[in-house]
Amino acid sequence: MSEKKVNKDERGNSDLGPDAFYFAALKCGKFLIQFCNDCKKHIFFPRVACPHCGSKSLAWVSPSGNGTVYSTTYMTRKPEDGGDYNVAIIRLDEGVQMMSRVDKVAPAEVAIGMRVRAAIRQENDKPLLVFEPAVQS
Amino acid sequence: MSQALRGSAAVVGVGLAGLGEAPGGRTAIDIMAEAAHAALADAGLSVRDVDGLFPCSSFHMLPGVAVAEYLGIRPTFSDANMIGGASPVHHLLNAALALQAGLCKVALICYGSNQRTAFGRLAANSLSDPRPYEIPYHPRYPISAYALAAARHMHEFGTTREQLAEVAVAARKWAAMNPRAFMREPLSIQDVLSSRIVAYPLTVRDCCLVTDGGGAAVMVRADRARDCRRQPVYLLGAATAHWHWQISTMWDLTTTAAADSGRGAFKMAGLSPADIDVLQLYDAFTINPILFLEDLGFCRKGEGGAFVANGRIAPGGSLPVNTNGGGLSFGHPGAYGVFTIVEAVEQLRGQSGERQVKGAKTALCHGNGAVLSAQSTAILGTAAAL
Repeated sequence: MSEKKVNKDERGNSDLGPDAFYFAALKCGKFLIQFCNDCKKHIFFPRVACPHCGSKSLAWVSPSGNGTVYSTTYMTRKPEDGGDYNVAIIRLDEGVQMMSRVDKVAPAEVAIGMRVRAAIRQENDKPLLVFEPAVQS
Repeated sequence: MSQALRGSAAVVGVGLAGLGEAPGGRTAIDIMAEAAHAALADAGLSVRDVDGLFPCSSFHMLPGVAVAEYLGIRPTFSDANMIGGASPVHHLLNAALALQAGLCKVALICYGSNQRTAFGRLAANSLSDPRPYEIPYHPRYPISAYALAAARHMHEFGTTREQLAEVAVAARKWAAMNPRAFMREPLSIQDVLSSRIVAYPLTVRDCCLVTDGGGAAVMVRADRARDCRRQPVYLLGAATAHWHWQISTMWDLTTTAAADSGRGAFKMAGLSPADIDVLQLYDAFTINPILFLEDLGFCRKGEGGAFVANGRIAPGGSLPVNTNGGGLSFGHPGAYGVFTIVEAVEQLRGQSGERQVKGAKTALCHGNGAVLSAQSTAILGTAAAL
């Protein structure tokens, strides 16, 4: 996926702000994060300048999608409302962390240290980045 | 410069209002104003004397102008810096700065909320902040964040749910001696563990209460404080630090910016943890005091769980913490920071009745804002500690 293709919002506008670009990419099935061309660090959440060195020379890159559960909790919820659900902090191998959810495993069974892999779901007509346990090799 | 602030200002009045469930449909700003007037009466001053205003609010986007209008004052200095529940402790520092600089003569710090009677749940401005990278996962603000921190602390250091529960049990034992506390009936570790899980590992009894309430403090310069009707409680040191806003960007979930705010406050005060007689640590959740005891230097990182075990911070323990019952049992009207100040001042004046820490000359107040985001530490002392 070229940048050109995702660098447009629903109305065809280019020169998108960081949030708009991120979600436009996600909608195209692409999980992209930023990378600082100057200090060579990855950045998440997206923004207009690097929080490490202040550089505005940022690139959108495709991360490996691999990460580790840094912490996890499950929120209790009535079964009729959907039951318990997981909320986790995932550290990507690129050295950034984000909030997400680990699917394909019971909410209470998600464990700190678990290796996970990114996946994009459609939920409520919106793309949502979640994680799944990495396939054991 | 920071040493020039040490002892330069003092709290000369404190007040509380609308605790628990405020009667008669009082609004948040009604409760704040009642607390403000109570603090001014305690100080022997009038609202007409106030020229420095330091309000914070979970309800008003513009608390500075709203509170000044309501009270009928035209402040010469106004600072409604909003860093969540840490704000009132932070305001002690800013009020001291403004007093020292001659920008005001009587500083009023105040907070009030009617969240329990109006909504029955947490009401906070911060709930409306855009967080597009968190909200889609439906974290319950703020408990999910604290559950994530607690889970990580348990994983890294072997902290147990029983140790978390010790914090709630200690708070309840203090609350039992405080007629103004909202929940005073006995609570056991087993009660906490067997309560409903809200966000693992936290049960409903690991969480602060949802109450109404307001608190206020009046500060003047030290030279004026000596002429006030109450024994002055001096600000010896204070500092604020914040490293993140959203919990997902808190890189190390087991170390808070209290490590910086505590270091700054102790440095200004020229004191160390061993010099502190009584602590008021913002306990929105049971993990908080454990993190803050570590970050403020009362024990080493990772040892907070073992530190609070066996009643060490409970009545009769070696380190009195949250002597009013804390946010867990005294009350938590959306933001608790101002109550750390009120309780510390009353302890230092020897007004705390059955729960009085005998001979307390120094107190540490620690405010926490948002999701372990903002940390403010203030060290207060009697004239003997100057």
